[in-house]
Amino acid sequence: MADTIDTNAVTSDETAAAVIHPGALKEEGRGEPVVHIDRLSIALPDGADRPYAVDRVSFKLFPGEMLCVVGESGSGKSMSANALMGLLPDTVRVAQGRILLGATDLITMPADALYAIRGRRVAMIFQEPMSALNPLMKVSAQIEEVFEAHGLLTPKERRQKALSLLTEVGLPDPPRAADSYPFQLSGGQRQRVMIAMALALEPEVLIADEPTTALDVTTQAQILKLIARLQKERNMAVMFITHDFGVVAEIADYVTVMQLGRIVEQGTAEEVLFSPQHPYTKKLIAAIPRPGEGLARVDAREPLLAVEKLSKIYRMGGGLFSKAREVHAVKDVSFTLGRGETLGIVGESGSGKSSVGRCLVRLQDPESGRVLLGGQDMAHLKGEELRAMRRRMQMIFQDPYSSLNPREKVGRIIASGPIAYGENEKKALARAAELMEMVGLDPKGTNRFPHEFSGGQRQRIGIARALALEPEIIIADEAVSALDVSIQAQVLELLGQLKKDLNLSVVFITHDLRVAAKICDRVMVMQKGEVVELGTGSEIFDTPRHPYTKSLIEAIPGRAKEALMTA
Amino acid sequence: MLRFISGRLLKAVVILICITVLNFFLIHAAPGDPAAVMAGEAGDADPAFLQQLRERFGLDKPLYVQLWIYVSSVVQLDLGYSYRQQLPVLQLIGERLPATLLLSLSAFVISLGLGVAAGAFASARQGKWADTIISLVALIFYATPLFWLALMGVLLFSVQLGWLPGFGYETVGANYTGLARALDIFLHLILPAMTLGLFFMAVYARMTRASMLEVGRLDFVKTAKAKGLRPGVIQHRHVLRNALLPVVTLAGLQAGQLVGGAVLIETVFAWPGIGRLMFDALSQRDYNLLLGVFVVSAAMVLLFNLITDVLYRLVDPRIKVAS
Repeated sequence: MADTIDTNAVTSDETAAAVIHPGALKEEGRGEPVVHIDRLSIALPDGADRPYAVDRVSFKLFPGEMLCVVGESGSGKSMSANALMGLLPDTVRVAQGRILLGATDLITMPADALYAIRGRRVAMIFQEPMSALNPLMKVSAQIEEVFEAHGLLTPKERRQKALSLLTEVGLPDPPRAADSYPFQLSGGQRQRVMIAMALALEPEVLIADEPTTALDVTTQAQILKLIARLQKERNMAVMFITHDFGVVAEIADYVTVMQLGRIVEQGTAEEVLFSPQHPYTKKLIAAIPRPGEGLARVDAREPLLAVEKLSKIYRMGGGLFSKAREVHAVKDVSFTLGRGETLGIVGESGSGKSSVGRCLVRLQDPESGRVLLGGQDMAHLKGEELRAMRRRMQMIFQDPYSSLNPREKVGRIIASGPIAYGENEKKALARAAELMEMVGLDPKGTNRFPHEFSGGQRQRIGIARALALEPEIIIADEAVSALDVSIQAQVLELLGQLKKDLNLSVVFITHDLRVAAKICDRVMVMQKGEVVELGTGSEIFDTPRHPYTKSLIEAIPGRAKEALMTA
Repeated sequence: MLRFISGRLLKAVVILICITVLNFFLIHAAPGDPAAVMAGEAGDADPAFLQQLRERFGLDKPLYVQLWIYVSSVVQLDLGYSYRQQLPVLQLIGERLPATLLLSLSAFVISLGLGVAAGAFASARQGKWADTIISLVALIFYATPLFWLALMGVLLFSVQLGWLPGFGYETVGANYTGLARALDIFLHLILPAMTLGLFFMAVYARMTRASMLEVGRLDFVKTAKAKGLRPGVIQHRHVLRNALLPVVTLAGLQAGQLVGGAVLIETVFAWPGIGRLMFDALSQRDYNLLLGVFVVSAAMVLLFNLITDVLYRLVDPRIKVAS
């Protein structure tokens, strides 16, 4: 799998026939279906990469059941959900098929009648709870609005109902949350608000579009539990869209796997997880990062990089009259990195892991502490000396879209580092082409712009850019988090290969303990700016000592069933 | 909030003093001085007379002494005497300020009201003919020089059609009182206020339209749709409110120009406001009057900047925390 470099190439699994397990067809004892999507096709506008976003897709939702729709970006899973919600973008149109809610077909329904259904019979929650809530409206007003939209209850009753909903979804201080603005809540709390809003009118169907993808792993575990509990209590049919088979293993009753707009495999959770038939499903399951591959290769190598008591404080606000607010992002962090070693820094948002990375390459100046690279303290260098040291440590960023200058050609992006260090322009551009080849891209691509590449390809460009200065250390900050699982696996494979070939040392910053345990020699777990545990991948994963590490591992979705999942 | 405002006011005073000092030097860098202009006009440019005038106005003192005298009186809210008109600068400005504020506030209200309305209307009909026409008209107003619009307006509405008076603040010699006078002033106001407002109206319309379309694509608008809200409610409550944030910034910039921004229009329409006063003071090198107008308009800019920031905090709850 990992050797297929061209992510756009047609692979064998795209031509394999769809697999429908017997469990998917058995309807006895499941009641009447609430939703029946019947041979639905949604046409993309002319000039798109394929004619149909969703191609002859059929499935049913039953009360009290959780159907997980799994697929990577562009698989059509969200498009199907939007169609069910009557929220398709103007650029696409339904080409054929029916969406039956009970006995009524939503597709032929007039727009006016749809208003009465949205929010009342079918509700939806989204991936990014911050952007899915109106930033200028208080939480309670946003929930009350659902009743208002359907002309229900008096304003006073709406407020009461909002409070009881906020209590039901487990917000700690409901009255206070009700009077908060979204930005005053944490990510998990915001998603609870979204859920409260969706549940307001007791809908028969809940569509959850990647509702936990943007959350930390411990928060994700809580939200998954919450959704499962509410579903059982209210006997709702839930369509849960995800790309993560771990999440599927955790909560699904039934599973539908989609690829490029088509259903490739359908069955009960057990059928699909434990005996997947379709090559694409197998590929996705195999791509779940698992620890235990090539771990504990640490030896007593002389450290290339030694970090001693690194601290970083952020100061916010402050002025003539007010004192600045201080946040201790990094507190006395010390570690070493051997030549050729990969060190994982794992933590949730706000743990300070990214601040450590930024202090290492001096994108930010540390408050105190030393960063010794080959015996020289990077933390306090200035001017030319710092510049000279900088090329020895290069960074790969999380978002392959915003980290490449959209107005520059790829060759130029890769070559600009060496050129800045005085390399002859022609030579640097020739080297850029070589580097493109090294990261598995067509060297001719140097004449193209970043938007002409897919996410995975762009991250390869990001790697080539980092390698252009021939660094000894690579800092990869969430370098694969924005990528689909199968692409993620390929990029990790590439990083591992390059590391070996070029004898690089890597600091791998991630929120995903599984990824860290898979590719890192040693893993350092951070919480609230402090290191809570540091050990080999297997030590951390199999015999964690710190309670926080334990809670992180327990929160990994689908862990209990992982051993049974074989591809 | 009070703390924020008082902090900003303190900074504003410091900035104002800096601006005054800068203006002082800029004005003195221009060739000629009030004495030279007056002597020239009197037809007697003999050095003794010039020297006499300069001594009378204190222009013979070293520049830094003049600066010190000026700044220390400004701090006491004394803007000095106009050399030419022999009247306190504050009084001159005070006499002209109402006319200018009437003109520029009318223009402000017209541009903001009509501009936002037109932008919102166009965005709700994106790609349809109403949108195309509004965008096109906005582009024309946006691109046309103000003075040309003003002249064309006068030609069409007062010379050709005879509907509206073409210049002045009120009909000279008519001696209207009460409502009749108000109506007279109102008729005189229409052309200059519209001309002055058109440019910003076009900017608001374009900005509101673009901003609403952008906000319309955000996730929370999808959430609002998923709740079953009607399009009208979504546009008004969710889209427009969020889309107005950049408009508030721009409105603050425009409001800052309320005093100093109407020079051109006041000159074209012979509107007896600050702009005219400034224009005359400039050609006569009436240092004190010119500086006085600058101080007042700079203070106005600072004041409206502050008001904008306060407004921003009221409209957008996120800002309080960030600062």
